[in-house]
Amino acid sequence: MMQWETVIGLEVHVQLATQSKIFSGASTAFGAEPNTQACAVDLGMPGVLPVLNENAVAMAVKFGLAVDADIPETSLFERKNYFYPDLPKGYQTSQMAQPIVGPGKVEITLDDGSTRSVRIHHAHLEEDAGKSLHEDYHGMTGIDLNRSGTPLLEIVSEPDMRSAKEAVAYIKALHAIVTYLGISDGNMAEGSMRCDVNVSVRPKGQAAFGTRAEIKNVNSFRFVEKAIAFEVERQVELIEDGGEVIQETRLFDPERDETRGMRTKEEANDYRYFPCPDLLPVTLDSAYVDHQRARMPELPSEKRHRFENQLGLSAYDAGVLASSRAMAEYFEAVKETCDDAKQAANWVQGELSANLNRESLEIGNSPVTAEQLGGLIRRVMDDTISGKAAKQVFQALWDGEADTADAIIEARGLKQVTDTDAIEGMIDQVIADSPVQVTQYREADETKRGKMIGYFVGQVMKASRGTANPQQVNSLLKQKLDDA
Amino acid sequence: MHDKTLTELAAGLQAGEFSSRELCQAALERIEHLDGELNSFITVTAEQALANADAADRAREAGDAGPLAGLPLALKDIFCTQGVRTSCGSKMLDDFVSPYDATVVEKLRQAGAVNLGKTNMDEFAMGSSNENSFYGPVKNPWDLSAVPGGSSGGSAAAVAAGLVPAALGTDTGGSIRQPAAFCGITGLKPTYGRVSRYGMVAYASSLDQGGPLARNAADCALLLETIAGQDVRDSTSVARVVPDYTADLDTSLSGLKIGLPKEYFGDGLDPEVETAVREAIKVYESLGAKVCEVSLPHTHLAIPAYYVIAPAEASSNLSRYDGVRFGHRCDDPTDLEDLYKRTRAEGFGEEVKRRILIGTHTLSEGFFDAYYLKAQQVRRLIRQDFLDAFDEVDVLMGPTAPTPAFDLGAQKDPVSMYLQDIYTIAVNLAGIPGISVPAGFAGNRPVGLQVLAPHFAEAQLLGVAHQFQQATDWHLKRPAFGKETA
Repeated sequence: MMQWETVIGLEVHVQLATQSKIFSGASTAFGAEPNTQACAVDLGMPGVLPVLNENAVAMAVKFGLAVDADIPETSLFERKNYFYPDLPKGYQTSQMAQPIVGPGKVEITLDDGSTRSVRIHHAHLEEDAGKSLHEDYHGMTGIDLNRSGTPLLEIVSEPDMRSAKEAVAYIKALHAIVTYLGISDGNMAEGSMRCDVNVSVRPKGQAAFGTRAEIKNVNSFRFVEKAIAFEVERQVELIEDGGEVIQETRLFDPERDETRGMRTKEEANDYRYFPCPDLLPVTLDSAYVDHQRARMPELPSEKRHRFENQLGLSAYDAGVLASSRAMAEYFEAVKETCDDAKQAANWVQGELSANLNRESLEIGNSPVTAEQLGGLIRRVMDDTISGKAAKQVFQALWDGEADTADAIIEARGLKQVTDTDAIEGMIDQVIADSPVQVTQYREADETKRGKMIGYFVGQVMKASRGTANPQQVNSLLKQKLDDA
Repeated sequence: MHDKTLTELAAGLQAGEFSSRELCQAALERIEHLDGELNSFITVTAEQALANADAADRAREAGDAGPLAGLPLALKDIFCTQGVRTSCGSKMLDDFVSPYDATVVEKLRQAGAVNLGKTNMDEFAMGSSNENSFYGPVKNPWDLSAVPGGSSGGSAAAVAAGLVPAALGTDTGGSIRQPAAFCGITGLKPTYGRVSRYGMVAYASSLDQGGPLARNAADCALLLETIAGQDVRDSTSVARVVPDYTADLDTSLSGLKIGLPKEYFGDGLDPEVETAVREAIKVYESLGAKVCEVSLPHTHLAIPAYYVIAPAEASSNLSRYDGVRFGHRCDDPTDLEDLYKRTRAEGFGEEVKRRILIGTHTLSEGFFDAYYLKAQQVRRLIRQDFLDAFDEVDVLMGPTAPTPAFDLGAQKDPVSMYLQDIYTIAVNLAGIPGISVPAGFAGNRPVGLQVLAPHFAEAQLLGVAHQFQQATDWHLKRPAFGKETA
């Protein structure tokens, strides 16, 4: 059997979180009624002209800085010409020869904790097209131009990935970077990150790349993995059966987990790129780039290192907690409230993550806030409640029973009894009620006693309805039973 | 009244000799009587104009009149006007009513000007004779068998025939200056970036520039003052203070250095045109200017370079006319491709299709470097020619066009039509300003003198033109057409 190697390159379109569109003042908010967020410029009315959104430029530059890329002094907008009903001007304003972000690199972390680097070929700014709606129009097509002119940053990687897992890790790393930078909401379900995946296979050891297929619009981490898996199998089978992979664009069908050919590159458009005469070249001097650099937030890799080195978390914990901006911010807020990084890390990755996973919730939508969780952890750390009671309190917070852990502890009477007199009173009662067991205990040797004490602890805990501090109960019981 | 300049009419309004309503009413009646023959207007907005005239009269009474308050004007039908058809001379936009005003339209309105309507033009501003209009050719008021020039032929003919005192046009390769020359009026193409292009239907974006056509240079100055300036909606408009053009008209010409590009006086120049232009230059000498010959060595490359760059941009700019959102749409398309093909085949005229095809070809893979990039290199050389010449002289002068207005239907093949723009087209490639002023006649047809100046030297250009008009009366000549009509 021939050994095959997969080669993957990705083009990721990130929708930038600007208030208005890249070349007009219309809003970019998602979900409005069709064609209510498209002004004359977005509609490609005769005579209109584009004006570049400065925020989109700043966001692209921040991305470039985050991936250690060159930021060329001059970049240029060009027109990519083709006809399509949801492309109002008959061209897309994009960048080709001189993109705003030059070569860079992204560090990716695989499931086993190992890291590697994926090179970025370039990233460029462009405008999104509208949407063609084929359903509900009785064989006709509806056009919604709300999305027309939404700013996109297209991030083009080198063909550096060798497995679907690496491709997913890469997209996750990009997702983390753009959300950390606040330049995109990263919402894949709403199309804020869309991937075109270039896949080819070659015999292991061969230097030359195989012919690639481009899979368009793969819009979730899971679909990326499935699309690549299907495509690799298809290509390998094709070649092993004596066939040849043709360079083509394919579409991923998430219903059937398969890719289907759309059109071959030979039939594809000649886009007739040329510099857009309506827009001046973008000139970014070093002062501008430095200004943006000074305003960069902490990035995922920097956060990971800080969690590990300053907070003393394990490399694994630091990696998980820094993997998304929402997760990291949540963790840091918990840590801020309870003042213990390890406890905060344990709770966020343990009880909280388990609950989120069970209900398929994002951490941003957690019913338990970071402040609530921090408050709960504080009560464990100061011995107000037992670890067991803490799980009850967490569940109650999750169910929205009260606003704070303290209120739940109070209402449920979960406060640990640490008053020695009260515990002694309960112990005396248990000893008085269990003459047989007491005699047996006292006659037993040291090893047996260790097992038998469990009975008395249980009885005392029961009497205290779980509020007695178990360690305290244990030591007091020992004194009383052994001393007699 | 129809003989008067904007400046004179403004004074008359101010003195209360007549109201804006009377003035606009008279102009509308003249259009009504004469334009059937001339065909200079595509749309006349009489009702709206009279309402605006009344508003201007009220504003004047209230002491709140703008600099152009109550003055009638016409706009080339390339400027978007809210609520009014903006056809660009094309069947494609025959039913297109613009939802917004072009920046210059907004500025004119704010200054109080009253727009009487939209003037005829070559379809999408592609042409030098106004014969490429969906609405039929415009006739030259000096000789109804002649063309008025193009593409702003409607604006030029309307001013020359006294239908309006001034009009706006656009100039991509000579489209203000050449019709101004053919119709015996004054037409200014400003520096690229001086006047906002927002709302001007794009033909060739890196060359298009709006400007005034009027009876004299002083009126052009008045209009330019109003329409010039940076516009946040046009990234290619330039952030430079707009000078007080009307105040600078009287600068003395003593010591002015005039260069005559030898390439503008060569083969193909009509002898009568040359005689008129040389006479005009003598006038300048008599006014104290010094004249010398200069060279613009890359002039012969201007037309080839232009006919690569302009069609390339046009092929892209005109892609939006696809029958999907506005404008013409073919009947009962069977599918998307059919919709595109028939809509565009039916909606565009021959010359527009020719340029779309040329442009699509020159941008295509395998041809881009040889055509588009080479043309851009040539463009830089041409620009440098002018910069070098302006190191030696203050202004350049020559004929606006090689011949006077030709007969309707006379130019049969496209290339000979393109050669009409031989003296004007390089100016757009270089981005400098140019003006055409009446400088005599060849037979019964007017001759234009073209004056060129460095980037943003419109004040000097207008002053040089104005001084000539103080010393000559060519700009005061009126055609016989419509003379008897009030």
